[in-house]
Amino acid sequence: MSQFAKAFEPDKLQEAWHVFLTEFPMGLWETLYVTLLATLFAIVLGLPLGILLVTGDEKGIRPMPKPLMKVINVVINFLRSVPFLILIVMVIPLTRVIVGTSIGSVASIVPLVVAAFPFVARLVESSLRELDPNIIEMAQSMGSTTMQIIFRVMLPESVPSLITNFTLAITTILGYTAMSGAMGGGGLGKIAINYGYSRYKYAVLYLAVIVLVLLVQVFQSVGTRLAARLDKRIKK
Amino acid sequence: MIELRNLSKSFVTSEGPVDALRHVSLTVNDGDIYGIIGMSGAGKSTLVRCINMLERPTEGSVLLDGRDLGALSKKQMQEVRRQVTMIFQSFNLLMQSTCLQNIMFPLKLIHTPKAEAEARARQLLETVGLPDKANVYPAQLSGGQQQRIAIARALATNPRVLLCDEATSALDPKTTQSILELIRQINRDTGITVIVITHQMSVVQEICNRVAILEHGAVVEEGDVSQVFSRPKAAATRALVFPEMNGQADGGQDGSGYGQLVRLVFEGSITTNKPLIASMAMDCGIAANILGASTRTVGKREYGYMLIEIPGGPDELGRALKYISAVPDVAVQVEAKYGSKEAKEA
Repeated sequence: MSQFAKAFEPDKLQEAWHVFLTEFPMGLWETLYVTLLATLFAIVLGLPLGILLVTGDEKGIRPMPKPLMKVINVVINFLRSVPFLILIVMVIPLTRVIVGTSIGSVASIVPLVVAAFPFVARLVESSLRELDPNIIEMAQSMGSTTMQIIFRVMLPESVPSLITNFTLAITTILGYTAMSGAMGGGGLGKIAINYGYSRYKYAVLYLAVIVLVLLVQVFQSVGTRLAARLDKRIKK
Repeated sequence: MIELRNLSKSFVTSEGPVDALRHVSLTVNDGDIYGIIGMSGAGKSTLVRCINMLERPTEGSVLLDGRDLGALSKKQMQEVRRQVTMIFQSFNLLMQSTCLQNIMFPLKLIHTPKAEAEARARQLLETVGLPDKANVYPAQLSGGQQQRIAIARALATNPRVLLCDEATSALDPKTTQSILELIRQINRDTGITVIVITHQMSVVQEICNRVAILEHGAVVEEGDVSQVFSRPKAAATRALVFPEMNGQADGGQDGSGYGQLVRLVFEGSITTNKPLIASMAMDCGIAANILGASTRTVGKREYGYMLIEIPGGPDELGRALKYISAVPDVAVQVEAKYGSKEAKEA
């Protein structure tokens, strides 16, 4: 019998169930707070940046110097193209400065934010670009300032699209937490790797995967419903 | 009073510079409903956007009560834009805000206290005839209702000028009528100056007292609607005023070809009710052939035209012209291009 099939024999399943009961609650909690905090910080950084990408554009409401926009775009593209696994290693010095250590759940938030905020910026950019330019023109014709256009028109009008994109961000970041779990972070990713990869306990690995999949489903359906409920363009 | 002085605007496109406006000079008096009409691409939208400086003119100036808008600071310009508001073809309501919030939008921009802004918005909902739509979202309204909310929003800051950019072009004829009626009523009640940009002559006929015809970025004709409408001089104006006429004039398929084509233009309310052609047949013995006719209401007066063919030679034509000229408020134009043998040979 192959090693793989052996991993699902009754005694192994019982062992996996034991791990599920003893270690999964903590792992789930770690995964959740790391994901949510990383998403929050990524939005805090990515939202203003995304707004700047749209408003500072050549044809935006407040064009910024072209070289500046060029630099911002290059940096975002650079961070977006570095594989996450490598990015985790690259930001270790930064992580040590901010958290004091590069090991553990809290420390894993730093590389997650560094990886996710340029992604969020691009998502915000695409949400805001969907907006009908005639609406912006209306706001200008009424004497709105740049800030008023951003906060009273662009953002409120884009709420459903932003929620949809933030949902995409949170599920992506959740996937990344599993990777950071393998690189010294905590959570379900760490459990899956420690038991499944290092000790051939595939049953534990699959249980961890099932929980992660369920988490994604929950985030996604909450996000989708929230976006639909908040969208006043849908006739009810 | 709004004065446009020698306004020009050119854009740089990939195919080189395009002159959207060429030396446009206009004066719009307070309380006017001023129509600016032209085919698509004539520069109407650019012109209206120059009036509130959404587009900066390349040359020339826009004067609002003698103040050059081009020379204003950003802050002063924002103030002017509360005086010169705008409604659009696509309504441009905030789709994620209720009707009430939409109307309060321009007031929030100037930090009007909430209670005051809401009271004003509710009063405007009343004005535009939708008092029960305060908490409804725009998506639940018809096009006509959305435009009413947009009008209410445009009026929130008590502007002195309302710019209407193809405001009825997305609406069906019946809704167009009701929106125009609303604009006319607001003009009457508040004395607000209205500038109407449109490609539809019917809109100008319906509400405007003055009109400018724009073609290829230049004003080709300008004046009182009744005058421009009854005696269109420029070819572009004729094409707009008598669109039905062009086909007939070009093809001439309805005329026998042996008579003289004459255009009658009615300029009063009484003449259209008179059986002019029948009485001419009885009084002069000239049985004119009616090739086309159309009468409409402009303001409160009846206007219209009729294209007839007078059979026979110069003698009959002379008598017919004399007969028709004697009727008040009717202008006669002999269409030199058609009918007469000389014109045909030429």
